[in-house]
Amino acid sequence: MVSNNIIQVENLTKAFGDFTAVNAISFEVKKGEIFGFLGANGAGKTTAMKMLIGISRPTSGKATVAGFDVYKNPDAIKKNIGYMSQKFALYDDLTVKENITFYGGIYGLSRKQIKEKTNQLLEELGLQKIVGELVGSLPLGWKQKLSFSVALLHEPKIVFLDEPTGGVDPITRRQFWEMIYKTAHNGTTIFVTTHYMDEAEYCDRVSIMVDGKIEALDTPKKLKEQFKAKTMNDVFLKLARG
Amino acid sequence: MKRFIGFIKKEFYHIFRDKRSLFILFGMPVAQIMLFGFAITNEINNVDIAILDHSKDTYTQEIINKISASKYFSVQQYIANESSIESVFKKGKVKAVLVFENDFSKKLIKENLAKVQIITDATDPNTAQTISNYTNAILQNYQKELNKNVETPYQIITQTHMNYNPELKSVFMFVPGVMTIILMLVSAMMTSISITREKELGTMEILLVSPLKPIQVIIGKVVPYIFLSVINAIVIVLLSIFIFKMPVQGSLFLLGIESVLFIITSLSLGILISTISATQQTAMMISLMGLMLPTILLSGFIFPIASMPLPLQIISNIIPARWFIIILKGIMLKGVGLLFIWKETLILIGMTLFFIGLSIKKYKIRLE
Amino acid sequence: MKTIRYIIQKEFKQIFRNKGMLPIIFVLPLLQLVILSNAATFEIKNIKFSYIDNDNTSFSRALIDKFEASTYFNVVSNFPSEKIASSAMLKGDVDVILEIPNNFERDLVKDKKTNLSVIINAIDGATAGVENVYINQIVQGFNKNALVELMQPSVPIAIGITNKPKSISSITSFWYNETLNYKTFMVPGILVLLVTMITLFLAGMNIVREKEIGTLEQINVTPIKKHQFIIGKLFPFWIIGFGLLTIGLIISKVIFDTPIVGSLGLIYFYTAFYLLVILGMGLFISNFTDTQQQAMFIAWFFVVIFILMSGLFTPIESMPMWAQYLTEFNPIKYFVEVMRMVMLKGADFTDILPQLLKTLGYAIIMNGLAVWSYKKTS
Repeated sequence: MVSNNIIQVENLTKAFGDFTAVNAISFEVKKGEIFGFLGANGAGKTTAMKMLIGISRPTSGKATVAGFDVYKNPDAIKKNIGYMSQKFALYDDLTVKENITFYGGIYGLSRKQIKEKTNQLLEELGLQKIVGELVGSLPLGWKQKLSFSVALLHEPKIVFLDEPTGGVDPITRRQFWEMIYKTAHNGTTIFVTTHYMDEAEYCDRVSIMVDGKIEALDTPKKLKEQFKAKTMNDVFLKLARG
Repeated sequence: MKRFIGFIKKEFYHIFRDKRSLFILFGMPVAQIMLFGFAITNEINNVDIAILDHSKDTYTQEIINKISASKYFSVQQYIANESSIESVFKKGKVKAVLVFENDFSKKLIKENLAKVQIITDATDPNTAQTISNYTNAILQNYQKELNKNVETPYQIITQTHMNYNPELKSVFMFVPGVMTIILMLVSAMMTSISITREKELGTMEILLVSPLKPIQVIIGKVVPYIFLSVINAIVIVLLSIFIFKMPVQGSLFLLGIESVLFIITSLSLGILISTISATQQTAMMISLMGLMLPTILLSGFIFPIASMPLPLQIISNIIPARWFIIILKGIMLKGVGLLFIWKETLILIGMTLFFIGLSIKKYKIRLE
Repeated sequence: MKTIRYIIQKEFKQIFRNKGMLPIIFVLPLLQLVILSNAATFEIKNIKFSYIDNDNTSFSRALIDKFEASTYFNVVSNFPSEKIASSAMLKGDVDVILEIPNNFERDLVKDKKTNLSVIINAIDGATAGVENVYINQIVQGFNKNALVELMQPSVPIAIGITNKPKSISSITSFWYNETLNYKTFMVPGILVLLVTMITLFLAGMNIVREKEIGTLEQINVTPIKKHQFIIGKLFPFWIIGFGLLTIGLIISKVIFDTPIVGSLGLIYFYTAFYLLVILGMGLFISNFTDTQQQAMFIAWFFVVIFILMSGLFTPIESMPMWAQYLTEFNPIKYFVEVMRMVMLKGADFTDILPQLLKTLGYAIIMNGLAVWSYKKTS
């Protein structure tokens, strides 16, 4: 049972003073699936995610990620996950290669591994020509793809993506999702937050958060049946209106 | 106009929401004035000295008593021989050693001449020189007492009037300086940072495509800082009047007008800095490193300009703070009117126009 | 250890890539060292001296000649009346007015006593005090000469035989700085100031900057340890501090010919600990701030107070006791002391041991607080 669930969450809660951002949520994520974590802005998605990746302490509840407890073992979790934040998190004043080397280095990869990974990654993304350019000078779409690849450098078991496609054009979004599929196909679990409902259709299973609570959780197909809706967008609107 | 007022309101919100910066903005002047008023002085008092007394007789004892009684010195220790002088100096325990020769009294009575050696640690030349002067004065007085019965004819007596500051309080000199520096740094640094911040965050572009005119944007950014600086100036003046009993001999009205003028000069300098720096970090470093030390050191705030080498005296002319300090001292301590400070006032106005003109030029180049 | 190396590499690349900041880090401070060391002097020279000679005799002119001859005074004007002289002082054209009364010479000869009136602009009290001393020295010297001249014809050596005055003569020697060169005193101090300000500001802003641009969050989800990150972040600035110190020492030797009597090794040894204090302070500040602007502002607040209370420009022993106790908590004070003691007086390890220990204690406390307050989680 445990071996099949890579993330297990029970009654996880985070309160800031009187305000409860995440209210006793429970769910599990299976190995190798693409799990969509949906919700409107301010529904508590990012806060919940931050607890799972070990940079925010839960107020109460239980959670394990990759078999490690979020209270006791946040450092062990960090070795097994990749993370790509909403804000663009590579250094603008370092080159593509320097960014890769830096993150590879702090994840403890050897020099040889870094070199191999860099070459492989640049080839996949078709970035060989601009390897010496400052990241700050790249277009946003490329930066996003690069961020995603950097989050995968150390071959984590799970990747957390916090609204990875915010602000990019539809073509780049498609390409980005192709990368996600490919990664999932290789056995990596994907945990992705988004508020683009069309993207929810691409996920294996989705949860929808409203005001700090998970109101629905199933495959997109079953959710649409359950709410008698044509698209995920309609499902979401029905939920949000209550 | 309504839009413009809304914009200024937004700027005020920015400032008042940041409690830590606000605390420093107002805490800084108070802390500095207090330090300068109560703690820091460029006078020399309570200098620790050591005594090496080779004769240990009544005369030397009397001189030592006189010296310990003076407020300038405190006798920190007695040492036994010449070789310890080096080590007390190296430890930095005393600044001077007084050496009385052998048979001091005997020589004074028989030969009418006895010798004292004043050995000073002259790493600080100013203190060393002053110690020497004060010790000599004490020795002269003592000598006069000894020779009471000897008539000294033909005396020229000097009567000294210490103008504007009869008690020689150093706070009188520091207040104008502190006020100048605070106004300069707060106005120039805060505006330059707040404008570059909008540039860096990209919000400047949004403001510039709004119906507000660029000049309105800049004025809107600057108005809150004028307001804050004026409050600072008022606080400083009140503190110096009520706590340090510093007089304001001249017109308060004139003082106010001149302060506003100087605040505007500083703000225009801040705008200029913001037009030449791309990031907040650069703006801060230019304001701090480029403005703070030169303003402290070349304005006559602590160090007299007349004693500097000629090239620096010439450079000091381009430091706005120099002129404002003259104006402040004039109004507060000397009680002069515009008649005596019109030249300095004109210089400040000229500088302001120059900074604004240059900023507009730089700004236009960037837009094209 | 390997992880730390990657962070250090990255920091250096970022520092040296920022072409706008490089001159600010290295050129500006050294330029200031050169210029400001010349400016910071309490020596009082070129005093603007003026006089009103109501006597106008060869005797009064002889007195004025003495002032002309002095190196301290610049005789700028001869005013016909006190009113005009006062207004010149109000304008700031003169610092000192000497008024020689009517019958200055006649009174001295007849009454054996005469008065001089001196007016000094005393806004700068300390300067006024020194000016007063100089004026009295000149007048006393003149008085002595006059005494000899006047007494010779009339009163023979009568007094001397019956009751010769006792006199105490004093000789002053100025150790370590015989020529009383003020720059020798200021250069080490200003060097301390520049090293401190640059390292503190850079370290203070550095981590806040990553907070502001969002990369800190990314770092926080990596398995990197707190101490690895902090050491990796601060080490480059520790090196920059040494770089600044080295260039500054070269400048003080080459341009100012400042003596370096003591051991350079000792200076570097002490600096190694001192920089830890400053870096810890920078880190502490950046932990408590959200924007670079705030960090800079807070750093500035403390630096100014530390500078003023460091004994760099004004003597600490003249402060009231409570203020002197406060200076015990000021790291800049110790660095200024150590630099001056080692460079100028050749103090050795045991001489600076008290300063070293206090600095070490400060470093431990500061860095302890900084590490404690640095949180990877919220």
